[in-house]
Amino acid sequence: MSAIALPGVGEPPKKSLTSWQVWGVVLIAPYLLVFVAFVLYPVTYGLWLARHPQSYVTLFDDPIFFNTVVNTIVFLLVAVNLKFVMALFLSGFFVHERAWIRWLSVIFIIPWAVPAIPTIFSIRFMLNPEWGLVNSLIFRFFHVDGPNWLNDPSLALGMAMLVHIWKALPFWTLILMAGRLAIPREQYEAASVDGASAWQKFKFVTWPSIRTLYLTSTLLSLIWTLGDFNSVYLLTGGGPADKTHVLATLGIRYIRLDQVDQAMATIVVALPFVLPLVYFMMKRLSGDEQKTSA
Amino acid sequence: MNRKLLREARLWLVGIPIALWTLIPIYHIFLFSISSKDSAFSGALWPEHPTLRNFGTVFRQEHFYLHHFWNQMWNSLWIAVMVGVLTLAIATCAAFAISRLKVPGGRTVMNAALFTYFIPAAFLAVPMYKAMGSYGLLNSRWSLVLAMVTLAAPYAIWVLKQASDKLPWELDEAARIDGASAPQLFRLVYLPLMTPSLVAIGTYALLLAWNEYLYAFLLLSHEETIPLAVGLGHFLASDDSPWEILMATALIYGLPPAAIYYAFRRYMVGGLTSGAVKS
Repeated sequence: MSAIALPGVGEPPKKSLTSWQVWGVVLIAPYLLVFVAFVLYPVTYGLWLARHPQSYVTLFDDPIFFNTVVNTIVFLLVAVNLKFVMALFLSGFFVHERAWIRWLSVIFIIPWAVPAIPTIFSIRFMLNPEWGLVNSLIFRFFHVDGPNWLNDPSLALGMAMLVHIWKALPFWTLILMAGRLAIPREQYEAASVDGASAWQKFKFVTWPSIRTLYLTSTLLSLIWTLGDFNSVYLLTGGGPADKTHVLATLGIRYIRLDQVDQAMATIVVALPFVLPLVYFMMKRLSGDEQKTSA
Repeated sequence: MNRKLLREARLWLVGIPIALWTLIPIYHIFLFSISSKDSAFSGALWPEHPTLRNFGTVFRQEHFYLHHFWNQMWNSLWIAVMVGVLTLAIATCAAFAISRLKVPGGRTVMNAALFTYFIPAAFLAVPMYKAMGSYGLLNSRWSLVLAMVTLAAPYAIWVLKQASDKLPWELDEAARIDGASAPQLFRLVYLPLMTPSLVAIGTYALLLAWNEYLYAFLLLSHEETIPLAVGLGHFLASDDSPWEILMATALIYGLPPAAIYYAFRRYMVGGLTSGAVKS
């Protein structure tokens, strides 16, 4: 990083160019400072804290940890895939040109546009076994008591996934919709002339065009979902009996218990999975960069 | 004719569940905020006697959890504005340096930013908390401002760089030939042409900071320094939470970002989805 401030200054040939590069260094310096102070230093310091093998022994001995890893894997596999299948389907719905669908798409964005805490708390109370809206409706229509949604670990984790999907679905639907709208209309018209069914149009026109977008988005969502603290913490708090934690909430739980080494170890355990994905995404965006600048 | 009707019916069959799925949790907040406690807990879909009393309780800070309401509201606002302004300033300069001035090492800095963007936020929170501790910033509102700038800047730089790369090079060349300096190019050419993207990015950073819960809850713990999001979280500290007042407060907290989002939606959709995921 320190090499960045040097070149440009010692470059002899064109004086005017040098002054522009000096300005470049001056203008990029504030961000560089932010990165060094609040990303590079913390990460290095964190990894330093996570160096003791003992932290990992303690972590693996913690019965909550194994449970958390299983929860995290289930959360990622189920929530991300379900979310994307829904987003793929809904993006196909929202590209229909109707006034009411345009209005609906404006409403549909709300979960993504508003902060997490009000809506997740709202859903939390809706799931209250005695006074919540969900069980009231179940009782009114079926005359049976609904389940104690947040007191059963599997149900509670399922509800946390649903909250996650509720909040993140609009964003990904919008992304896939942009992908669908970029497909030239003539391709569909040609398919219609050939007598293709709706499914065939999807299989032979839509899917080949948006497959890359779909897969890239899924990978990106996989990383970000791993960092979804709110959906679990604000709905279940990790409970009942710490049985619905995911890695994101477990790390924070250790901090609150003042076990920072443990917290760092929790994150380091996930790095072999996260870093390749992050690297892949960085390569993808850098590759695009070359294309656009060329 | 019949086929067409069938197709419309199928669309409505998808549309109505989407509307319900999206709106029920939102409506539920509104329902509670205009209900008395008894009515809220009865599971009614509309209160028998709608009331605005909950809002009065909030505005007059008349509940134990609300003693610092206005203070926390101010904190939220102050933090969001600071993050918006700082992110905009830092990211605009960085994007200009990378995209137009082709600063040496710009690619490395861009990669560093992308790395920060992709790392899950909850994972960065742990080391960030430790670092803020060693800087002595814990419990200062600045810690949250700086943390949120760190999180918002990478995406901001990425989007602004993409937008800036699209500006024609002839402008820069003409400016150079006319003997313009880098700051002049920045002020007279770059800033005016980038305005739509700048609006989108400023709004993005502002909303990100206002909406943030995790970092706020980790970095700030004094009643006087916490933003409203953390204050709302405190409501669930006891089993006997005043849910109708919580929901009224939550509605007040959630409305400004929603309003800002819709006011700037025109900029947001174009500016943000294009950069979000490149296919």
